[in-house]
Amino acid sequence: MNGPFDFTLALGDDALVAAQRLGEWATRAPEMEEDIALANIALDQLGAARLLLSYAGELEGAGRDEDALAYLRDDREFRNCLLVELPNGDFAVTMVKLLLLSAYQVPLYTALAGCPDERLAAIGAKARKESAYHLDHSALWVKRLGDGTDESHRRAQAALDQLWPYHHELFAADPAAPVDPATLRAGFDAVVQPVLAEATLTRPETGWTPGGGRDGVHTEHLSFLLAEMQVLHRAHPGARW
Amino acid sequence: MTDPRTAVAAVVDPEIRVITIDELGILRAVDEDPATGRVVVTITPTYTGCPAMDVIRTDIRRALTVAGHPDAEVRTVYTPAWSTDWISAAGRAKLAAAGIAPPGPRGDGTAVPVTLAVRCPRCGSPETEQVSRFGSTACKALWRCRSCSEPFDHLKAL
Repeated sequence: MNGPFDFTLALGDDALVAAQRLGEWATRAPEMEEDIALANIALDQLGAARLLLSYAGELEGAGRDEDALAYLRDDREFRNCLLVELPNGDFAVTMVKLLLLSAYQVPLYTALAGCPDERLAAIGAKARKESAYHLDHSALWVKRLGDGTDESHRRAQAALDQLWPYHHELFAADPAAPVDPATLRAGFDAVVQPVLAEATLTRPETGWTPGGGRDGVHTEHLSFLLAEMQVLHRAHPGARW
Repeated sequence: MTDPRTAVAAVVDPEIRVITIDELGILRAVDEDPATGRVVVTITPTYTGCPAMDVIRTDIRRALTVAGHPDAEVRTVYTPAWSTDWISAAGRAKLAAAGIAPPGPRGDGTAVPVTLAVRCPRCGSPETEQVSRFGSTACKALWRCRSCSEPFDHLKAL
């Protein structure tokens, strides 16, 4: 990332792809209440994505609006982190992923709220309240799963082992950005460590640290996700409800 | 011709139809240019992804047209961010009367929210429990009264 456009685009893509993945749970969650919860969280992420992508389009100044950025870019032009594009997996994978994402988004949006860019500050001030609720929700579930039955503990630990390598990308230093992601690491650790401890989960050792999402180099999963998300808009350009 | 502020303030929230957008605190300003008669309405969303915003914008323009102000523009602002503390006392009373428990005071938005006792809007009992942290709209959670067994919506403090 370099500069406000790439930074804003990356944050918008994080929220957009997270929304799309969470939306896949609709009608499939383990219980009715959780179905509603995941759909609501998806809606919050989509709301943040719309604000961020609209602003990114203005910063770029090439006439692209939120729809053009969401529906008319290919995978190599997306700047989201790899974490959000990974498949949902089981419920433990989804909740651990949401914990890692929201534990990053809360300090991110909080820092944005105090940045000199008034538009980003307004988006940050709005979105951090919603992300705090996502963090609270996912932390409750991770504790419940980790400190639950042998089976739920096994799955929660497996989810953490699978996803942990991907969270490093979120904090790659970018001193030129409106908020340097490297400065958010302490806030993330302060939230996640106690949750993992209470959940009786073991934090994986740092080993493999996949990245590349911010440069448009993604896993194979993103293009499948985009194909489903973009097909209607591309089949019927300019269609409106 | 009705005063534009009065006309806009009477628009009801499309998802919680017992409360006006003014009582809900999402109506931030109504400005009329005395020279041209053009009305600029400023609103703010409860949640960023609130799907009711398009309907609210349409309802505002319709209300202004009916009131004799066809030249109108609706602007959306995000700062300062909406808080449930902006719901008026009249709005809170209407929510409760409609079976929706109004929100308590909010936290600072960064810490984990503290759950205070939520009174049942039917019988007033504080013996209630949260059934689901999310409800029928982005701004609500689902609760149940242990005294009278009534399930009810609770507008989450934000």
